[in-house]
Amino acid sequence: MTAGTIPAALSGACATVRPAGPADAVAGVAASFVAVPASLEECSAVLRAAAGARLAVTFRGAGTHLDWGDPPSRCDLVVAMTAMNRVLEHAAGDLIATVQAGVTLSDLGRVLSAAGQRLALDPPSAGREAARTVGGVIATGAAGPLRLRYGSPRDLLIGITVVRADGTVARAGGKVVKNVAGYDLGKLFAGSHGTLGLIAEATFRLHPLPAAAAFVTLDCADARAAAAAMRAATQSPLAPSAAEVSRPRRGVPLQAAILLEGTAEGVAERAGRMRDLLGPGASVVAAAPPWWGRMPSAAGPPSGPCGAPGTLVRVAFWPGALAGVLESIDAAAGSAGLDPAIGGSAAGVLHAAIPAEAAPEDVAGFVTRLRDLVRGARPGDGASAAPTGTAGTTGTAGTAGLPARGSVVVVSAPGPVRAAVDCWGPVPAAGLMRAVKDQFDPEHRLAPGRLAGVA
Amino acid sequence: MTGLVRQLAERLAAICGAAAVITDEMELRTYECDGLTAHRCRPGVVVLPETAGQVAAIVRECARMKVPFVARGSGTGLSGGALPRADGVLIVTAKMRSILEIDPASARAVVEPGVTNLAVSRAAEPFGLFYAPDPSSQVICSVGGNVAENSGGAHCLKHGFTTHHVTGLEIVTPDGELTWLGDGTPAAPGYDLVGAFTGSEGTLGIATKIVVRLTRLPEAVTTLLAAFTTMGAGGAAVSAIIASGILPGAIEMMDALAIEAAEAAVACRYPEGAGAVLIVELDGPEGDVARESAAVREICEREGAYEIREAASAAERAAIWKGRKSAFAAVGRISPAYIVQDGVVPRTALHEVLDAITDLSAAAGIRVANVFHAGDGNLHPLVLFDDSEPGAQQRAEELSGAILDQCIAHGGSITGEHGVGVDKSSYMPKMFGADDLDTMQLLRCAFDPAGLCNPGKVFPTPRLCGEVPGIRRAPHPLVASGQLEQF
Repeated sequence: MTAGTIPAALSGACATVRPAGPADAVAGVAASFVAVPASLEECSAVLRAAAGARLAVTFRGAGTHLDWGDPPSRCDLVVAMTAMNRVLEHAAGDLIATVQAGVTLSDLGRVLSAAGQRLALDPPSAGREAARTVGGVIATGAAGPLRLRYGSPRDLLIGITVVRADGTVARAGGKVVKNVAGYDLGKLFAGSHGTLGLIAEATFRLHPLPAAAAFVTLDCADARAAAAAMRAATQSPLAPSAAEVSRPRRGVPLQAAILLEGTAEGVAERAGRMRDLLGPGASVVAAAPPWWGRMPSAAGPPSGPCGAPGTLVRVAFWPGALAGVLESIDAAAGSAGLDPAIGGSAAGVLHAAIPAEAAPEDVAGFVTRLRDLVRGARPGDGASAAPTGTAGTTGTAGTAGLPARGSVVVVSAPGPVRAAVDCWGPVPAAGLMRAVKDQFDPEHRLAPGRLAGVA
Repeated sequence: MTGLVRQLAERLAAICGAAAVITDEMELRTYECDGLTAHRCRPGVVVLPETAGQVAAIVRECARMKVPFVARGSGTGLSGGALPRADGVLIVTAKMRSILEIDPASARAVVEPGVTNLAVSRAAEPFGLFYAPDPSSQVICSVGGNVAENSGGAHCLKHGFTTHHVTGLEIVTPDGELTWLGDGTPAAPGYDLVGAFTGSEGTLGIATKIVVRLTRLPEAVTTLLAAFTTMGAGGAAVSAIIASGILPGAIEMMDALAIEAAEAAVACRYPEGAGAVLIVELDGPEGDVARESAAVREICEREGAYEIREAASAAERAAIWKGRKSAFAAVGRISPAYIVQDGVVPRTALHEVLDAITDLSAAAGIRVANVFHAGDGNLHPLVLFDDSEPGAQQRAEELSGAILDQCIAHGGSITGEHGVGVDKSSYMPKMFGADDLDTMQLLRCAFDPAGLCNPGKVFPTPRLCGEVPGIRRAPHPLVASGQLEQF
């Protein structure tokens, strides 16, 4: 951190530059300056000035998820994107919208819904949903229940404007959904946690806003029952938009909830069919369960300021492994003496929340054990070699040679827990990722240390 | 064959066996182009590996001897992505045709790059699943090629393109290392290199295993054919369908000239006198499809459709599609030669651009048949010419270029699904600025600093990938202490 006077080049680059205060700390690391660019030109000038002064830079949207990823090893300048908050274009007839990265998801939603459209992205937040910015959502790769049908930010992004570490402005993609010209830098930047450059503008493909929605809910006695419900829902022809499970602690049933969207008539019909499919105990309800669209919270009902105070762990897996993953979480938690709140999607992503009071070594034990179980998982029920008669020869299940079919990542955690745990685990192609990082940010000034082993 | 290539051929024979290496001039000729026959180049040597390990060994040899290499799947590409190098190796994946695994509960399959696109759907069908990206060439085209080009197809408006259905890749890097990108889950840690690699047109490495996401077969499919007297009316119907909130599985449009060609080729019997024909396919739950079909019918009638057909069986569905699917090949019936373009325009600009194409065509005295994915604005203008006529090809290419200029001017793209390859690399600077292209090539420098992996494709001017300035990064403490693994 280089405390003291604002470098001249920086104050000349942007109308709003000020010394950082305690509230500007990034995951506990104090910053020296804050710049608030209001245009693409200012974004570029700010980064050029930062390069000249060799400043380490962290980008900030609403600041709701700065505790995701490791704390930066250095943080001189925070570039706050709150003034880059204009919706630049909403071409309703083309189902696309271009926005500056500081636009909040909720503001964008308002603009789009006025034309009967939406950005099919519903990432959870612990209470500050309204503030989340488009740039932050892209950079963290955040997604919510709708990921089952619509994917995550990378699947909805069709164009991006970024500013490189040296201030160069670059565009990739475009304004049309069908476009394969050039490399897909949008995918590269999605989930990159601000380590490759500043996301300044984004163009998304949109979807029609459904006229109606309904939920089908079911209490499930155990992991197997929950997985069976999820499988029935996703393998049905009823095209659910989302299928989630939730359990606040051991000893209570897992709640499954499936979201169906469409026309009023269609939703009524499909919800009834889904309820019949899931069997006794399933019911159709109009409102989402209270836990829907929120991260599981170890502190009881979800609420509170940005980020739960405890540890949040994300497990990604092949959808067919859901029962095994739920059981693995219980096994690993049991041996560590923990009882996490869990919740997640049939798409293959679950989160577990552990209270802040848990001893760091217990959390470390949980993560390590869970990681072993998840990474060691083999193909689930029904996986097979290709039937004979398909073009080519057959192989046996599990010989496809993936090093692992799942991952366990500590998304956010208190300092002592971070110090005790390997937060990222093995990262596939880490060497290639480092090479990409070295090209985009050769001086390693953008969010240094945020992606372990990579950036 | 250069001395270097001859030497390399011996090494390749040692890796894959002599039968897998082609050095005979006549045989090499059969690989001199892909689907873009206007560009031909006899490869220095061709090799057909059978395993990922062999691919890696081949690339290691190329890297060691500084020989460029190009990968080829089925050779159906339309932008010259698999155009070989005379001084290099063509690595053909046709023998890597195994479907290694199908996991229906996860809706995933693991396939080798030489597996055909349709073979994946056929293998998935017993489980009620299919592989959604469906390029017209799907009977022949390879999944590896699909990954390189981020191939689409008629149904990608609703179901997405290849990049939405690839969740993990084993690749051989340009220096010959085998590594996995992603892991088949929706959220692998680190950068989305799977997303960066897909659509990179074979310039960042060679995919040797692909983990695809399979999609549930829809409960119901309805296909409608609507005939309009003018393209304008057809276009208005498309806009109205989208505006009503319906997202069809596919919306295709053909103009009078394309219909004439299709009729001559396959006797598809589309309604007489059609200025434009619309094919709309709806898929999903039964009740929804029935309601949407009625709504689409009503919209088409309102916009002036004078005949509407609805397929009542799989055979009738195939009959409706027959004309559209034969369109490219069909223009061969009405013209000795043609250039197929792949521009994209925003749907709302379709009418204007089609009018512009009509004007350009009339001014140049060159016929243009229009076939396109109306739902997403992806045009395939077929510029017809007689290649025996002096200067005709040149004029056709100029018209082609003018059409692409129109696409760019209206905020579209120079390529919706065929890729840039060699065919459109000269257009990249019209769509992107120098800084944009420079930034994209940072990716190339990270993967292929030696510039041996399918060089000369996509970018008109390669970026120099010098030594990276700045601090060399020490290994992460967890790596150094052995707690963090690296693959």
